[in-house]
This record gives sequence, C-alpha cells and structure tokens, in this order.
Amino acid sequence: MGFHLAEKIKQCYNALHNATPKQKVVGTVLLLAALETVFLFFHDSAVFWILAYGLVTLALIFLVLANIIKKSLAAFFFVVPALAIFSIFYIYPFFKVLQLSQHAWDGISPKMVFVGLSNFVEIMKDKIWWVSMRNAGYITLIALTFQNALALALALACDRQIRAKNFYRVIFFIPPVLSEVVVGLIWRWIYDGDYGFLNYTLNLLGLHQLTHNWLSDPNTALTCVAIIHSWKGFGWGFMILLAGLQTIPKELYEAARVDGANVWQSFKNVTIPLMIPVFVLVMILTILGSMQAFVLILSMTGGGPGYHTEVPVTRILASMQGSSMFGYACAQGLTFGVILMMVSFAQMGISRKLKQA
Amino acid sequence: MRLNKYTLTQHASGFLINVFLIIVSLTCVFPLLWMFGSSLKTQSTIFSDMSIIPGAMHWENFYLAWTKGGFGVYFLNSLFYTTIVVFGIVMVSSLAAYAFSRMNFPGKNLLFFMFLAAMMIPLPGSFVPLYVLVNNVRNVLLNAMAASTPFLLKVLPENFVYGTTSFIESQFYPRTAYILCMINVGLSFSIYMLKTFFDRMPKELEDAARIDGCSRLGIWRHVALPLAKPAIAVIIIYNALNVWNEYILANLILSSKNLMPLQRGLMVFQGEHITQYPLLMAGMTITVVPILIIYLVMQRFIIKGITAGAVVG
Repeated sequence: MGFHLAEKIKQCYNALHNATPKQKVVGTVLLLAALETVFLFFHDSAVFWILAYGLVTLALIFLVLANIIKKSLAAFFFVVPALAIFSIFYIYPFFKVLQLSQHAWDGISPKMVFVGLSNFVEIMKDKIWWVSMRNAGYITLIALTFQNALALALALACDRQIRAKNFYRVIFFIPPVLSEVVVGLIWRWIYDGDYGFLNYTLNLLGLHQLTHNWLSDPNTALTCVAIIHSWKGFGWGFMILLAGLQTIPKELYEAARVDGANVWQSFKNVTIPLMIPVFVLVMILTILGSMQAFVLILSMTGGGPGYHTEVPVTRILASMQGSSMFGYACAQGLTFGVILMMVSFAQMGISRKLKQA
Repeated sequence: MRLNKYTLTQHASGFLINVFLIIVSLTCVFPLLWMFGSSLKTQSTIFSDMSIIPGAMHWENFYLAWTKGGFGVYFLNSLFYTTIVVFGIVMVSSLAAYAFSRMNFPGKNLLFFMFLAAMMIPLPGSFVPLYVLVNNVRNVLLNAMAASTPFLLKVLPENFVYGTTSFIESQFYPRTAYILCMINVGLSFSIYMLKTFFDRMPKELEDAARIDGCSRLGIWRHVALPLAKPAIAVIIIYNALNVWNEYILANLILSSKNLMPLQRGLMVFQGEHITQYPLLMAGMTITVVPILIIYLVMQRFIIKGITAGAVVG
C-alpha cells in the first residue's frame, strides 16, 4: 500500500515536472483560485478546519507508518528539525497572510471580522500606497542605472588589473557587509543640514548656493536615499559581474585583437553577448533587492518628509505598528509580493527570449 | 620602453582607471573613518571640528557608550543571538542536507523543491504573520502558566515558581522565539548550499565507515561534517553577518532593552538621545568593528558565498 502511494506521488510529480511553463502557471493559478473559493465559502465553518487539519494529520501519520515499513524512518529524523522550523515559521505565516488579508483585525481582539476582498479594494484607492510604490520604483530605477553602471565600470576596470584586483574586491564589498541601520545613521549625519559633512565640504569649496537640508527637503530626500542605497549595493553587482568577466576565456579577446578589433568592438562583440545571463541575474537581484529595501529608509528618514520617502514595506510596517490594521497590512504584503513575482517572471521571460536570439 | 602613441594612451588610460578605482574606494572607506573619528570627539567639538583625526582623543566615549549607553548589553545580546542562531542553522541544515543528498525517502524531491521555492518567492511583509504567531504563542504560554501556577505552588517553593514564570515570560520566550525565527531565515540557503556540496563529495569514505559499523548519525557526525568544512565555513560567515545585521524582527519581537541586539539598540539610542552624537558614533563603531574584523579575516569565504547565493537566486 505504502509502496503504491509512493509510486502514485512519483507519477504526479513527473507529470508536473514535464509540464510546459505555460501549463505550470495556468495550473498554479487554477489551484490557487480553487483553494481561494473553498476558503471563501467555508472559512468560518468548523467542519472545514477539522477536515483540513484532519486530512493533513492523517496524511502525516500515514506517511510515517508507511516509512516504518520501508525502514526509511531514519531519513525522516534527519529532515524533521528543518521541516518543523520551516513549517512553523514559513508555511504557517504564508497561509496566515492569505487568511488575514481577507479580515479586518486590530491584532489584539479575539475576533476577526471577515471582509472578503475589501482590503484589496482599499489598497487600490490608497493614494499613499501608490506613492510608496512609485518611490520604490524610483529607487529601483536609480539602482538599475547608476548602481549597475558603476558596478560594471568597476568590474571592467578591475578585470584588467591583475595585481590590485583582490585589494579592490575587499574594499568594494565593505558597504554591503555593513548593516543598513549603521549605513543609514552615518549618512543621515553626513547629509545633515546644519552640521553635516556634505554641506561643510560644499561651503569649503565655495559652493554656498548648493548647501541644502538634504533629507528634509521633499525634492532631494528620495534621491539622496536612492544614492545611498546604490552606494551600499554596488559591491554585490561588482562581485557577480567580475566573477562573470573572469569566466570569459582570454583567447577570445586575443582572437578579436588579431582580427583588428579595437577595445570598444571587442567589448561589444565579445564581452556583452557572453555576459547577458550575468546581466539578467544582476538585474533581477537589483530589482528584488531595491524594491524591498526599507531598513535603510527607516534609519535615514523614517519615511519623511511627509510621505516622500515611503516605500511599500515601510507602509506595511506602518499599517501594522502605527494603525494596528493587521488584515490590511497582510493584504498589502500579498499585493506587493504578487507584483514582485510578476516582475521577476517577466525578467526571466525576457532573458529566455534573449538567449534564443 | 618605446614611447609611441599606443603605449602613451595605454599609460594614460591605466592612470585614469586607477584614479577612478581609488576615488570609489575612498568613498567606501571614508564614512567609516569619519564615524570612528567622530566617536573620539566631545559633544562641543563634534559640530565644529570636521577633521577625521581629532586633536584630543576622547577614548572615554567608548566606555560611556558601553556602560551608560547600554551598548555593552546590546553587544552581548548580539553575540548571544549570533552564536546560537548560527550553531542552530549549521546543525539543522547539515542534517537535512545530508538526508536530501544521501538518503531515499518518499517526498524527498518535493520537500527539497519546497525549500528552494522558499528561497525564490519574495514574501515582503512576512514579519506581520510572524509577529502574530509569536504573540499568539506567547498568550497561550502565559495562560498555561497562569493556570498551572496554583498547582505548582503546592509542590514547589513560592520564590522558585514566580522566579521561573517571570524568567520564561521576560527572558526565555522572547529570546527563543527570535532565535527560531532567525534560524528559519537562514535555513533554505544553507540547506541548498550544503546539499550541493554533499552531492559532489565521494561516497567511498562513508561506505568504509558504514562497513566499520558506524551508524547513520555517526557517519554524519564523523565523516560528512568534517569533509564539508569549506561549505560550513561559508554558511557560518554568511549567516553570522545576516543575524548580526538583522533589524526588523528584533524590532517586533524584542521589546525590552535588556533583550535587544545592537541594531535595535542603535535605533533606540538614536531616538532617545538624538543629540549625543559622540556616544552614538562610539556605539556604531562597536557595532561595526566585529563585522569588519570577521569580514577581513574570512573574506574569501564570503566571496564564495555571494557567488553561490547569486547562482541560486
């Protein structure tokens, strides 16, 4: 019996494995929709929960029994600690988000009020949320252009310098190993309007008209934050790009030079085509990292002045800590997560197209 | 060397590239130097004296930050959390990775795929349900303790019962909750990293150990773990940096000052004493120095971890 079930699971798994990407996406969406419908209709009936928990428990007991028979229980003991921590702190929160996003709840009272999808409708109307989205987009844009251009330039420069390469590699990765809190607090002070080092230097250079209250001026605050975010992040891109550049065989450059290519031509025709997978990787990492960066903002500006440096995650934190709307916070988190997933799927699709071309 | 046009442009471009690299390196190091310099100034000179090396060194700022600023407590807390979490991650993830790599059991691929998916699916705001979870379990725990206190009082001395319950409530529970949350944060990456390492390791040594009568657990402990030292070093460094620099969960789970790690302590200090810049800078130096030392000593492992982590993501 146990053996039979394992075979069945294997067959299902193989079928899933062989599905095309399109089928996988459609299947996932359908499955989620079905779960959501069941959940919407039955979430407050006790029978639903008893059935759900009962089925899971039965499945677990069955698996354990089947495994005693198969004498592979030892393996389960190896996996159980990881699995327990993972299901309590990852899988449970995952479903808790789904549940809370459809309720209004202040985090304290024992009763949650089911409100269906109205949290999501509320998000659509929430102006500050979309402002925060735009801010995160702006920070990401700066990171994609300025930070990655800097990282690429540095990686190209270091690729030629054999002696000093390790030294620069160590130096450029110092900002990424620092914590966001420390980076934010240091730069907050450097940017300070009255006592900051930046204004001091500008005065020293005779550029009095440029001195500024950098972080409390709505016009400059977001750009300042974005630049510091790029400062903290370019080391990552530099490392990955340099590792990519080192895998390009030197013979290709020599062959290009023998054929009469100049520096720019060999960069365009040798480096770029071979580096496209690395570029896509760095871009995905930059987008996911920059959209979700928020501790730096908490320690630099706290979202101010006004809402000019708010990003989605600080809004989620504010809905939860500031206004005790846990359901709304979860709905925001879910919306944002789905948007991020779509962005990274789009990126992967584009990279696949590029590879085929 | 002949100075024709070609070598001249080569030298000029080499010079410009070096200038560019040095300027960027300076911006990377300057804020740290300035932070350290400022931590040696006094409240009155810090706003006027902009030099990196102050005239009079006030080393007592570090003593004041450590004692009065509370950074001594924060530092020890950070050290505590980092050691325990990293130890936990190494234990739990190496057990699981060994099973994923060497043993056969139903659902193996599915489970491993689950850990991989957890690494790739972005979950912004996952701190909300975690906070709810930690809070709910705390309430259950408090109720259970309150319900059992009358019975315990009959068999145990009063001081002991109240001492234990308040210890669990104020120290043991929040610390454990935070540690378990942080173990979960580093788990997926570590399992993936170790599994790929175990996969590439030769099986002959383990077979020899098995023939000599070593148990599964013994093989894991005496053969697999010692051989996986390079991968474990990467995991230790990567997770140690991660835990030391973590802020948001510490912010939500740990509310009392004697539980807080450094990052949280910095924000609290900054909120309470916004004007005491020298002490804040000293506190930040205390936060940064261990990380920098670990980084400089172990940087080749960190670089390995980054490239491995990047390939996953």
